[in-house]
Amino acid sequence: MSFGEQLSTLFDTYNVLGAFWVNVQLTFWAAIGSFIIGSVLALMRISPVPSLQFIGTAYVHIFRNTPLTILMTMAILGVWTQFQLQLVSDFKANFFIYAVIVLAIYHAAFVCEAIRSGINTVPVGQAEAARAIGLGFFPAARHIIFPQALRGSITPLGNTLIALAKNTTVATVASVAEASGMMKSMIEFNSDLIFVIFLIFAMGFVVIVVPIGILTTWASRKLAVKR
Amino acid sequence: MNEALVQLKSVNKHYGSLHVLKDINLEVGKGEVIILLGPSGSGKSTLCRTINRLETIDSGSISIDGKILPEEGKELANLRAEVGMVFQSFNLFAHKSILDNVTLGPRKVRGLSKTEAEEEAMALLRKVGVDSQAQKMPAQLSGGQQQRVAIARALAMRPKVMLFDEPTSALDPEMVNEVLDTMVNLAREGMTMIVVTHEMGFARRAADRIVFLANGEIVEQATPDEFFSNPKSDRAKDFLGKILNH
Repeated sequence: MSFGEQLSTLFDTYNVLGAFWVNVQLTFWAAIGSFIIGSVLALMRISPVPSLQFIGTAYVHIFRNTPLTILMTMAILGVWTQFQLQLVSDFKANFFIYAVIVLAIYHAAFVCEAIRSGINTVPVGQAEAARAIGLGFFPAARHIIFPQALRGSITPLGNTLIALAKNTTVATVASVAEASGMMKSMIEFNSDLIFVIFLIFAMGFVVIVVPIGILTTWASRKLAVKR
Repeated sequence: MNEALVQLKSVNKHYGSLHVLKDINLEVGKGEVIILLGPSGSGKSTLCRTINRLETIDSGSISIDGKILPEEGKELANLRAEVGMVFQSFNLFAHKSILDNVTLGPRKVRGLSKTEAEEEAMALLRKVGVDSQAQKMPAQLSGGQQQRVAIARALAMRPKVMLFDEPTSALDPEMVNEVLDTMVNLAREGMTMIVVTHEMGFARRAADRIVFLANGEIVEQATPDEFFSNPKSDRAKDFLGKILNH
């Protein structure tokens, strides 16, 4: 079989694009979720309230230091199997949502730290000036600190997004039919085509991840705050 | 003197074991221009910053227009809005245009509409001579222009008192005067001002009273004429000797 024939055999037998599309969707929803949770965590960690700081710090340390596979297994075997917590009635959608939630919770810790590194790029004087014109903690954070911090954290946020895109493969543990799961069955049933199989999945992730890198590098230059 | 607009009573502050403000008592009347002088490390900047609580104090009290400075929260924010502050390093909001820098406070704190705030802001920018730069970003302006914008931004809150923390120390020499002229005009209009500076010419020209600090204490208070021609304390004589004889 020529290389072209091998490719077409695999693409005819399996819905490769469909599988990658699941990874893209996982990435998309988990990115939104982790960004929201991560922003709140960052706000807690810079707040003047010690108990909030503690919660933020504890969250980051717990979730950043627990392997994602273990969190995913705990969610499915623990929360779903043991506590019987069915999120939606549709069987497949239930696993998908579980996977999104776990991915969001896990990556929120990294998003928090990325935003915090961005906050460190904002000079203290900006916060002092905001307070001096009478802005309280939240208005100052919203209008002055966060907009500048986000621009300063585009690169680390991009790195987190790339890690998230690749980490969506762990959703296979939660029985979500995505690319890495499909790769496993291809290897199982078409082991003679193993090199082409690896190539497909390697290239698939290159296609997803490289644009993220290019886009965030471009955006971090374009949106940099000039001082 | 009128009744005190800013009143500090027995204010003390420590940085660890360092006693940076020692039992400071100071009253500033409405419309008065006070210049804080002193060697570096004397506590003059710290004193200036305690007045809108950018620095906390350990004991004593600070009141503005009869109201004791609250410790935190909404009331503190409201009181800060009535105290304008101009910093050494300008601290214009780097991601906002000049116009937005000046309108932010009036819109978010004073609750003005966008058009009202912009009208007022343009008038203030005209007054400090940078209205033609309104659409630019802070980094596109010279230091002198940025500092004048910072003054306009503080004035936009219609403050009762203006604090200046070494407003010309970070400027190139040729830009110092444009900022000092703006401040002199402000003083002439009757603004209450507390200024930390090393500009002796300005101190002579604009001050109603010189407050001389050394080692965290107020050593001497006098009119500019009296202070510069006939300083009473040895510490002030030494200070003036060092800066005036070169």
